[in-house]
Amino acid sequence: MPEEINLDVFNADPITEDVSDEATEAAPKTHAPAVHALDTAAESQADLSAEMKAIGEAYAQALKGGAPAETQPRLDYAPYRSSVLRHPTKDLHHADPETIELYSPAFGHMDVHALEADLTIGHNGEPLGERIVVSGRVLDGDGRPVTGQLVEIWQANSAGRYIHKRDQHPAPLDPNFTGVGRCITGADGSYSFTTIKPGAYPWKNHLNAWRPAHIHFSLFGQEFTQRIVTQMYFPGDQLFPLDPIYQSIVDQDARDRLVATYNHEQTKPEWALAYNWDIVLTGSKRTWTENEALGAGGDENE
Amino acid sequence: MNSNAVGKLTSTPGQTVGPFYGYALPFAKDRELLAPGSPGSIRLQGTVYDGAGHPIPDAILEIWQADADGKVPHRTGSLVRDGYTFTGFGRSAVGNTGVFTFTTVNPGPTEEGAAPFIAVAVFARGLMNRLFTRVYLPEDEEALAKDPLLSSLDPDRRRTLIAHRDPDGGLSWDIRLQGDGETVFLDFSSAEGASK
Repeated sequence: MPEEINLDVFNADPITEDVSDEATEAAPKTHAPAVHALDTAAESQADLSAEMKAIGEAYAQALKGGAPAETQPRLDYAPYRSSVLRHPTKDLHHADPETIELYSPAFGHMDVHALEADLTIGHNGEPLGERIVVSGRVLDGDGRPVTGQLVEIWQANSAGRYIHKRDQHPAPLDPNFTGVGRCITGADGSYSFTTIKPGAYPWKNHLNAWRPAHIHFSLFGQEFTQRIVTQMYFPGDQLFPLDPIYQSIVDQDARDRLVATYNHEQTKPEWALAYNWDIVLTGSKRTWTENEALGAGGDENE
Repeated sequence: MNSNAVGKLTSTPGQTVGPFYGYALPFAKDRELLAPGSPGSIRLQGTVYDGAGHPIPDAILEIWQADADGKVPHRTGSLVRDGYTFTGFGRSAVGNTGVFTFTTVNPGPTEEGAAPFIAVAVFARGLMNRLFTRVYLPEDEEALAKDPLLSSLDPDRRRTLIAHRDPDGGLSWDIRLQGDGETVFLDFSSAEGASK
């Protein structure tokens, strides 16, 4: 539920020791974006870009040699420095999902209030920034709508600031924007959030590292094997070629699947810009019953 | 839209959960599938480690499991726990020492003779995509020996998926994303492109 900014929660969030590579407490507390905060030993964007370019060229070469297109990010993608010690070095082990994995936790309207899909309400005033409506459908790999399932989002405010103690870069918090939303997908797999376009923000992967504007999405399918957390981006962002997280997906078609489309038809005059983004989960492994194939999950049927 | 040659849709890529999920994904009693101390409840606890053997302070885990009778729950209400309904789903962000804790029940076997396990999804800053794994109950050695996944693994890898039973009835099970004792992570996809 949209809430007042809860500073108790905000302040209670533990600062963890390893913040060197993220937006961080080390950032200046005052209006001093400048030199004293910059680590002279930090790697430059040029260093990182050269690394990313080499990986991209090797992938292009592999494609030409007949290798299959990669559809997911690389777990081992060294330009994102935090991944170096956090990716498995052994191949993922192929497994056939078993009973519990062929079902998903059930969420419904008991869990999520309809107003949680509007991130611009629930505070004392209007948040600052560009009001947007982000909508689309959640589908499985066979094109079936994922109905009655939970979608969770979180994002920075229009200034590029998260309500999180570890994000202390000198951009303002917005007392009228928390940046958290939830909804339950409709019978056609649809979701819709009203929010504010998030700003880009700096992080400490390397010197002058900036994340392209994005909204985090967390999605459940009809099977636990379809669980995914990802990020939605906005079209035409100039930071795409510079960002190791976006670039960890080496295939351009796959990257494009994370970028929303601007929709002027759905844009509401004098109110909000509209973006569309469909999410496709992995194919399902279970044989669905007719009832499930018709959709309408959640607590409405219980 | 994202069609490929066989007419199926290509799945959307995952991305890291990042460092800032802390005000979004946790919810009240997220790790309490049962109220702590209630009859039949156990603790599932462990630490998430990186490749240097250091605890990871910014990981978040989800578990999904059958109930004590081996039945798959189909109940909503995980996000608004009423203290009585077992939904089978829990979520626990680790603390700053990398430790996660769930209160749950020992899952029963979902089929006659099957080895009971809890399905797990792991998310972390620095981890590009979620990882799936399983934590098996240690007791039924016969069932564990027949388990299709476990029997396809070398003994030293197999043991990364089996919890230790604590004297108080709880389960201890650590996750190592990389290096010595690296946890076995699972790939359920069959046809789709590689992610390595």
